[in-house]
Amino acid sequence: MADPMMIEVKQLTKRYARHVAVEEVSFSVQRGEIVGLLGPNGAGKSTIMRILTGYIPATSGTVRVAGFDVFSQAQEVHRRLGYMPENNPLYRDMRVGEYLWHRARLKGLTRARCRERVGDVIEQFGLADVARRLIGHLSKGYQQRVGLADALVHEPELIVLDEPTLGLDPNQLRTVRQLIRDLARHHTVLISTHILPEVEITCTRVLILHLGRILAADTVENLQHRAGKRGQIVAEFQAPLQELKAVWDEWPEVEHADVVPADGSYVRCSLTARPGADLRPAIFLLAVRRGWPLRELTRTRHSLEDIFVRVTRPEPEEET
Amino acid sequence: MMGGYWTLVRRELSAYFYSWTGYVIIAAVLFLLGSSFASLLLVLNTRPTDLPITEVFYGTYYFWLILVMAAPVITMRSFALEKYSGTFETLMTAPVSDGQVVLAKFTGAMLFYTVTWLPLLGCWMVVRYFSRDPAVLDAGTLASTYLGILLLGALYVSMGCFASALTRSQIIAAMTSLALGITLLLVSFVALNFSAETGWKAQMYAQLGMLEQMQDFARGVVDTRPVVYYLSLTALFLYLTCKVVECRRWK
Repeated sequence: MADPMMIEVKQLTKRYARHVAVEEVSFSVQRGEIVGLLGPNGAGKSTIMRILTGYIPATSGTVRVAGFDVFSQAQEVHRRLGYMPENNPLYRDMRVGEYLWHRARLKGLTRARCRERVGDVIEQFGLADVARRLIGHLSKGYQQRVGLADALVHEPELIVLDEPTLGLDPNQLRTVRQLIRDLARHHTVLISTHILPEVEITCTRVLILHLGRILAADTVENLQHRAGKRGQIVAEFQAPLQELKAVWDEWPEVEHADVVPADGSYVRCSLTARPGADLRPAIFLLAVRRGWPLRELTRTRHSLEDIFVRVTRPEPEEET
Repeated sequence: MMGGYWTLVRRELSAYFYSWTGYVIIAAVLFLLGSSFASLLLVLNTRPTDLPITEVFYGTYYFWLILVMAAPVITMRSFALEKYSGTFETLMTAPVSDGQVVLAKFTGAMLFYTVTWLPLLGCWMVVRYFSRDPAVLDAGTLASTYLGILLLGALYVSMGCFASALTRSQIIAAMTSLALGITLLLVSFVALNFSAETGWKAQMYAQLGMLEQMQDFARGVVDTRPVVYYLSLTALFLYLTCKVVECRRWK
């Protein structure tokens, strides 16, 4: 096999008795990618992850992990997979060290390898201080680290994390995100989340999921770029309003301009450029040439949030 | 891969001792064993008997009480708690098969069940020490009694595992396996009514009657038919448990 895709999902559909959870979803993930599965609650993120990890079967379609079918070759898949389910379930009655040891042995590591790896992950996730404490007594942030350590202890090729930052406080959030980003160097990672900034910060590629379908799949930059074509440039000058209007009307690259007086003697111009044009240097030169003080010059980039809202808007639109 | 199996057995067995449940079960069984010991002494002190003490013990009926009560409590957590807390998902996505998980949970519960019965050995040793009569307890009778305890235990524990696999609630699991266990016991009482008769009904009930079979074990009589009966019923319930665990893959 010539280096198969890490994840290959084809025409995946999951139907429950009353409703369709996932419909005709296809995507693939290459080795070394860190992909975010983004969608509102109930979009089918967890369902896809559960099928991907072989916990529940698909109604139709095929799912392959590292070239192995998740249903018929589940054991092969499980050996290569580190999975942290939603809400990070752990044996709360075990001690951190015991738990990691148990999980590592369960995943087929030899005793010597276990000793090595459990030591490694305890160090990697900063668990040394709590190694002898009961998991149930730990804070949520530490529990999350234990879950991540468990997912990583057997050095899996693929790591699947379902809502890994759910219920963390901002400090813990930052730590866990940093840990996830560090993972990306050596592993393929699939993360699900409904928190947008998280994807922007951690992922190289995003799949936007809504009502069981994939609505958009691209890199964060491309998605931003695509939406950014309609992005605006805001400039504030201290200049006569009429003169400014005249300038924009004559400028061929400006498609549309809104000119309104701002506070003081400033005038705020919101400009829409023709696709592909970057007006900012020219605006700067204009200000210099005419001697107009320029106090603001920004391009309003579309955040992932805009894109997300746009593609998951209820009425169907030919957006993507 | 047997490594995964033994890792799971270790986890199952130690789980009883991580929390209070294990100690509470042991204490409760110990209390019942102590009561049975008291009534056993009462019997021995009132009239002379030539029965082995294992049979005298069996005559106190505490055996059934312990069997019917302890097995559901021991097994109720095995699957239900994992499903409730979500750890079932991490367990089933580890590289172990469904069969290994079921077998490991059964083995763990069986080992714990065996541990709870060990104090009885002490009680009998005390009696033997003071009676100075070797006929009171010989190794063969002791072995066959424990064989009976283990065989019936295996059946009840496997029923408990099955009940636990059906639900996310430990209480419902315990209730279900208690109901199953009591039903089986009631069938045995019905069987007593047919013991004098012949014919196919009597034949059938003779095979199902656990009361007489266990009495044979306590007497030191080992018949292969009940042995096969209990082992195959245990296997049946373990098979059903496997199917219940697998059934999430059919949906």
